[in-house]
Amino acid sequence: MQKYDKIVKNAVGRMVPTIINGEEQIPFMGVGKYKPTGRKFGPRIASCADYPEDGNKVVPNLKEALIKAGLRDGMTISTHHHFRNGDLIANQIFDIAHELGVKNLRWFPSASFPCHEHLIPYLEDGTINRIEGSMNGALGRFCSQGKMAGLGVLRSHGGRYQAVQDGEVQIDIAVIAAPTADPFGNANGVNGTAACGLLGFALADSQYADKVIVVTDNLVPFPAIPWQIQGNYVDYVVKVDQVGIAEKIISGTTKITKSPDRLLIAELTAQFCEATGLIHDGFSYQAGAGGTALSIGNYFGDILKKNNWKARFIRAGSNKYPVEMLEEGLVEYMLDGQTFDLDGVRSMRENPNHVWTSPFTSYNYHGKGNFASLVDVVVLGATEVDVNFNANVVSHSDGYLLHGIGGWQNTLFGKTTILPVPLFRDRIPVIRDEVTTLCAPGEMIDVIVTERGIAINPLREDLIEKVKGSGLPVKTIGQLKDEAEEICGIPDKPNLSDEIVAVIKWVDGTVIDSVYKVIE
Amino acid sequence: MKTKAFAGNKGPGIKSDCYVEMEITASGGLDIDLKSRVKAIYGNQIIQLVHKIFSYFDIKNAHVSIEDSGALDLVLAARIEAAIRKLMETDKEFLLPQLEENMSGTAKDQFRFSRLYLPGNSPKLMINAGIHHPYGLILDLEDAVAPDKKFEARFLVRNALRNLHFYGAERMVRINQGERGLDDLDFVIPHHANMILIPKCESAGDVAAVDEKIEVLRQTHGIKHPVWLMPIIESTKGVMKAYEIASSGLNVAAMAIGLEDYTADLGTRRTNEGGESFFARSMVVNAARAAGIQPIDSVFSDVSDMEALAENVKRSKALGFDGMGCIHPRQINVIHENFAPELAEIEKAKKIYLAFKEAEKKGLGVVSLGSKMIDPPVVKRAVTTIELAINTGKLSKDWMKN
Repeated sequence: MQKYDKIVKNAVGRMVPTIINGEEQIPFMGVGKYKPTGRKFGPRIASCADYPEDGNKVVPNLKEALIKAGLRDGMTISTHHHFRNGDLIANQIFDIAHELGVKNLRWFPSASFPCHEHLIPYLEDGTINRIEGSMNGALGRFCSQGKMAGLGVLRSHGGRYQAVQDGEVQIDIAVIAAPTADPFGNANGVNGTAACGLLGFALADSQYADKVIVVTDNLVPFPAIPWQIQGNYVDYVVKVDQVGIAEKIISGTTKITKSPDRLLIAELTAQFCEATGLIHDGFSYQAGAGGTALSIGNYFGDILKKNNWKARFIRAGSNKYPVEMLEEGLVEYMLDGQTFDLDGVRSMRENPNHVWTSPFTSYNYHGKGNFASLVDVVVLGATEVDVNFNANVVSHSDGYLLHGIGGWQNTLFGKTTILPVPLFRDRIPVIRDEVTTLCAPGEMIDVIVTERGIAINPLREDLIEKVKGSGLPVKTIGQLKDEAEEICGIPDKPNLSDEIVAVIKWVDGTVIDSVYKVIE
Repeated sequence: MKTKAFAGNKGPGIKSDCYVEMEITASGGLDIDLKSRVKAIYGNQIIQLVHKIFSYFDIKNAHVSIEDSGALDLVLAARIEAAIRKLMETDKEFLLPQLEENMSGTAKDQFRFSRLYLPGNSPKLMINAGIHHPYGLILDLEDAVAPDKKFEARFLVRNALRNLHFYGAERMVRINQGERGLDDLDFVIPHHANMILIPKCESAGDVAAVDEKIEVLRQTHGIKHPVWLMPIIESTKGVMKAYEIASSGLNVAAMAIGLEDYTADLGTRRTNEGGESFFARSMVVNAARAAGIQPIDSVFSDVSDMEALAENVKRSKALGFDGMGCIHPRQINVIHENFAPELAEIEKAKKIYLAFKEAEKKGLGVVSLGSKMIDPPVVKRAVTTIELAINTGKLSKDWMKN
């Protein structure tokens, strides 16, 4: 099977294949332009007659579960990443597949982490054909070097739900690692030693996979409450000694940045939001768990307090800091997609206003709306932004794949998207003539805040008008680019071959860009 | 003759710097081994720069290995030149074209509320220092540089003076004590430093030696603008000679106190409240005022305690100081905020200032506000307060129009 074929130029001028790993694909047509037809994917109808009447679906071990689930060559195996770098299960699945001599698997994780470097030998020996999900660290390097047998496919969290729902990716076996489960397969992430808060990334997998295996180290009698994953979707339950490494699941060290430069960027971002009236009573925002984003949240909190305002909701990435705001009453609801520390887990367990969400409610573009577009202010990162505001979040300027898309593309649909980024990182300019990999068209990105100035997308005439007289250092994006190049020098283009090693999907399943092999 | 040398820094935590190791060889041309985080997009430019520097120094055969962690050209050039000059005696200097904006002069009495110390051998801390907008940036060749790094730091400081963006901050250098300090001047005066900080000053002679050397360098290099001096008093002897030092020359624009060394010399410990240094601080303030220059306070060393810093600044302002040093960019705003006049103070100053202008317009020799006469020193203070308020962003430049 050819990795890819039939390359065309898409609506953002990028060359993308229309046949990927043997299947036809649609090139990106523009935001909101591709209108799908037809019906969602229909999973196989099951019958209670085939499942134990006492509800006990426990099998002795993962290997047996995988064999019972019919593990064989060419299958698609999915996992979730709520355990982040503390995941122990994905590696075990492929150890077993390798032991059984199964080949040519497609791994479909919601994200991969450095701990999954363990899988490189299986990518080399043909146990795994390709990864469709994020590729970070060593896996990103492996893919960028053109060593993966199949073509990599990167999707956003919402795009992953969409791909499963639409039948674009059909999961044969979903393995859901769960901090707590009962023998029927109900599972949650709020209890147990491996508590990770929620299991939203595994929702689509439970709903649409042909076979579903829940793996836990905290097996409780029915019912496991809350049942974030419902046992009615589950085929087998496996009890293991340890499902994840707790201290790597929860970093416990999520901290506000101490870097004066990042604090300055955060301060400028908050000042911009205040000056342009983006913050108001009842507003909503989304900010990540990185040091800069956390301090922006802190500054937002100060502005809310000063004016005696409340935010209606935060879309989080929860951790100690937004939890404090929720508990202080500065925020009414927290709509959480991923918890980052024990305060986040505790709050989700105890506070009914701390709500667990899934990529279905928050991000799925092929739904009847999603709440990402209701968020007032979205604060995100990027590795590169170009002079047309197109942005890159997956590859570095040397061409290597180093980050997943995560929810990044999905959250761009918020009302105002701000990228607080340094103008350059260790000499590498962030603002470029052209991004190495285009993950979002410029029309989706409204404001770039750097330590040396703020650039507003010319499409946002309203913000350009409102910022006038604020005294904030507003510049054009071209000026920022020139300033970076004046300090760092004009960067050369990285040495990339014309061989494609992965593609980037837009939120609607169309192909927005290709990732090329790096020549070392 | 030595044939091997190195300069710069490498290892975990090192950023925006590079480590250069070189060996002059008998033949084989220039052999460059470059390891760099930015090789994919700047590798060719780095190699070109290395060639340019080596050909400038006329070295045809050498083995050069560079471990680069994202150093800018000004840093790469400083490190490479330092390594070369450890091996050869020469007066030649490899200089990148100086930024136009870095050739400006400053005024003797301009505001100096905050001055941020930057270790002279740490490029990582230099690159973004100016964006925090201190009134002055000090490239420190003295205490912040380890003895074995003093030599290479001079090249970095020189290149920074020429090519680093200061974003409007006054370009200051703290030189070493004594002879070494005088030698430091060769690396800073020709490159348009605005102000020289003289550490551990104990007599008018200490200042004069620096002043004389600067004058010679200014003449030789055709430096048009003045180079101001800020002696730092850091000993009991210095305190007792404060007025002599403050009034030792026309180029002395400010005098600072350094409390870490002073309290050690006094045989006591520094406290946040600062009772032990009350006398010394008062001496420095009085001596500076008597000499018509700016009294500047010591740095506050607990960078994590912003409340204690704010208290310290308020005490400093109350004692009569015009500014203080900082060792972390986050201290800058706290210093500005607390040196800035309070709102009530500004309102009062505005009224006095307007009354003064009114009197001036009418050609009256006496300023009065309501039924009260205003003395000239009060008017003078009001004018200073207004200037301060404008400078610290507390008052719009166009306040008279509103």
